[in-house]
Amino acid sequence: MTLLSRLGFLLLKAVPTVFIVVTLSFFFVQLAPGDIADYIAASSGAATEEGTSALRESLGLDRPILEQLLHYYGTLAQFSLGQSMRFDVPVTELIAARLPSTLLLVGTSITLALALGIAAGAVMALNAGRSKDRLLSAVTLVLYSIPSFWIGLMLIIVFAVQLGWLPTGGAEKIGSRASGFSYLLERGRYLLLPSLALASYYIAIYARLTRSSMLEVIRQDHVRTAVAKGLNRWQVSLRHIVRNALIPVSTMAGMHIAGILGGAVVVETVFSWPGMGRLTYEAINARDYVLLLGILLTSAFVVIIANILVDLLHRVLDPRIGARA
Amino acid sequence: MTEPLLTVSDLRISYRNALRTGIAVDGLSFSIAPGESLALVGESGCGKSTTALSILRLLPGETEIEGSILFEGKNLATASESEMEKIRGNDIGIVFQEPQTTLNPVYRVGWQIGEVLRRHLKISAREARERTLELLRIVALPDVERIIDAFPHELSGGQRQRIVIAMAIALKPKLLVADEPTTALDVSIRRQILELIDRLRRELNMAVLLISHDLPLVSQWTDRAVVIHHGQVMDTLASRDLFRNAKHTYTQGLIGASLRLDDDRSCNQHRLAEVSVTRQSDGSFNYELRRPNPPATPLPVAEPRQHGLAVNDLVVRYDRRTAVDGVSFNIPKGRTLGIVGESGSGKSTVARAIIGLVRPESGAVSLDGVRLTRFSGTALRSHRKRIQMIFQDPFASLNPRHTVQRILDGVLVANGISDRLERQGRIASSLDHVGLPQTAAGRHPHEFSGGQRQRIAIARALILRPEFVLCDEPTSALDVSVQAQILNLLADLKQELGLSYLFISHDLAVVRFIADDVIVMRNGRIVEQGSSIWTAPSTEYARALLAAAA
Repeated sequence: MTLLSRLGFLLLKAVPTVFIVVTLSFFFVQLAPGDIADYIAASSGAATEEGTSALRESLGLDRPILEQLLHYYGTLAQFSLGQSMRFDVPVTELIAARLPSTLLLVGTSITLALALGIAAGAVMALNAGRSKDRLLSAVTLVLYSIPSFWIGLMLIIVFAVQLGWLPTGGAEKIGSRASGFSYLLERGRYLLLPSLALASYYIAIYARLTRSSMLEVIRQDHVRTAVAKGLNRWQVSLRHIVRNALIPVSTMAGMHIAGILGGAVVVETVFSWPGMGRLTYEAINARDYVLLLGILLTSAFVVIIANILVDLLHRVLDPRIGARA
Repeated sequence: MTEPLLTVSDLRISYRNALRTGIAVDGLSFSIAPGESLALVGESGCGKSTTALSILRLLPGETEIEGSILFEGKNLATASESEMEKIRGNDIGIVFQEPQTTLNPVYRVGWQIGEVLRRHLKISAREARERTLELLRIVALPDVERIIDAFPHELSGGQRQRIVIAMAIALKPKLLVADEPTTALDVSIRRQILELIDRLRRELNMAVLLISHDLPLVSQWTDRAVVIHHGQVMDTLASRDLFRNAKHTYTQGLIGASLRLDDDRSCNQHRLAEVSVTRQSDGSFNYELRRPNPPATPLPVAEPRQHGLAVNDLVVRYDRRTAVDGVSFNIPKGRTLGIVGESGSGKSTVARAIIGLVRPESGAVSLDGVRLTRFSGTALRSHRKRIQMIFQDPFASLNPRHTVQRILDGVLVANGISDRLERQGRIASSLDHVGLPQTAAGRHPHEFSGGQRQRIAIARALILRPEFVLCDEPTSALDVSVQAQILNLLADLKQELGLSYLFISHDLAVVRFIADDVIVMRNGRIVEQGSSIWTAPSTEYARALLAAAA
């Protein structure tokens, strides 16, 4: 199978998945008590019964649920995500404004998690049973068991409040005129703590996974062959052990993308990061199902595309995969 | 005599890791002259591979090495790691047993060969590629421009082993260590690989240390042989004298147990020698050689009229691949039919189809004229009792969590024998038949050696009192001396219980010993049949197979 036809196949396979995601989410949103009209009425402070039902009618919320669903499908069929009921602007506009900063946060977190996790796992595996391994095992266990929002709060208290090294939240300095390298540095300062908080759990997972899969590879015959060639310790470890151990790690990383995206909701709230996570929070609060479904649909697409990329990466990492399929 | 290239003296190696502890090599001494080919021969666990790996110091970190390994005046047992890195791949090359796993699956083979060159010669990637192409031609691989960019999984076992050899001889080493280089390969490829190693030895004037369990192979391909048992030297002798002048009882036992294609023994008239080694209370070993005779009772002569097991135009397909393509044969009662063929020839699939493990696409299997392929469910089960199977791997074919009692009892319960006393009696008598003590019933498979486990597997097959036993490579996973015991046992049982066997093996000598009739399979078809193939094979393929095995 060529790469292109494989890509097409994966995209086609994603269509029913997305359809199921949308339909299920629609019903789940209905399960929550109250609707957008209640929310608007409550936040205005002085709403009448008639005003609320008039609002409901204008938003189409008085229709039967199935009709609402069909109406939503109709909107989607026109390649539109509809109009947000809460903000009264097209959902695409809202998402387009927030998506890049979430992707930046999530992308940085995954990169950090993989880099730190694989490095820590490699050190652990190469020193298996010794003090370095024990120490790092303890650290990963801690990272594994503490929820990310709490780590985020602690990072804020230590590095932002006590030491004052890094900002407490937000994505960039308001009214900043920095450009070029200093702009990147400034963005990096804002990005560091939230991405660390989001990555912490995954650092621990990748460290443990790298450790165990390296220990598996070390026992394999081809590593002995590499030593028999006269390669030194570093060449054997990097080219023949770490390289092969990346295969299972990349599989897991692909499966984690959805989880990291979900974790972003919490971390973005803690760090007041202007991303999709906070938009989601607002949408749920306001019972704005059109916005919420738009976000879910976009997230599902992001995850599917990321998985396709991982699938292609996997083929590069493990040449045997193409032959098996 | 010239100065030896490698002198191993009083080598002692003990393992201290989680998987294995204890002494593997116990005061071993030998030497190799430049350009000489020396064999270390012995059965599994004798320490021959450990010795081979110790020369390049490839053993796990916790292993203790005492004694000296002098290579060109340098003691490799105490050399520093960086000194070893210069010697490995440069002065000493090594070829391993499993070409399947010795190569890294994620890199192209050309790159992996080039890695040795780049490491020791510090040459550019382009230059390394040129030299790799030349090496691929030296090891006689076809289509080198394509193979250099292939991944290991795209090549056959024999091709992979050639790649490993190319890697080992890339820098014209003075010594090549070959650790069972052909054990995992098919018979016809075996000979090619050994010829290649021998040619390279002469062309590069390189010494070869061949590690092997196969005595006929050693006697043919090496100058001298060192026979090892429990990490000690039993015999050191010229390889051509191996089958004539063995001094030590153990060596004589191995020779008597080894089957060669030309020694014209048959299980109907002969039994193989059995060597038993017992450890005495003072720690020394006692070797005893037994040459059993076949029982005096004459074989019941099979009447050609009796039907027996008939296979008619059998076709089995896996997905789109045809594994068995129109095979027919007939095994009269009391006879043994041998099937020989290389891996992928469909010989195992035939047995699996007969016993119903795979569903044939067409064709018929019938027993005494009754078509088994037509039945299903209970009707089939009653007929299945009459045919049983023994598998190749006695480690994998027995449930490790069940006791022998439960393994055997389960077979009886599944076949509707509800009387407890009868089941007990049958278990006892089947253990008796295969020469295991009654106390074996209470133990788990892991408490037995490989040979004993195969006896349990045979007991499991016999407990339903079958008429036909299908043996799928029943001795391939076993050592020579254990193989002899199992073959003797199968021969005795055949005579005693009047069994008929279908005996599948890649080892022609074993088939010649055990079988009355033989068929040769290739690519799912029968290419030749009849016992005339031993003396006058009529097809090209059978001739090549015999030549390779001789």
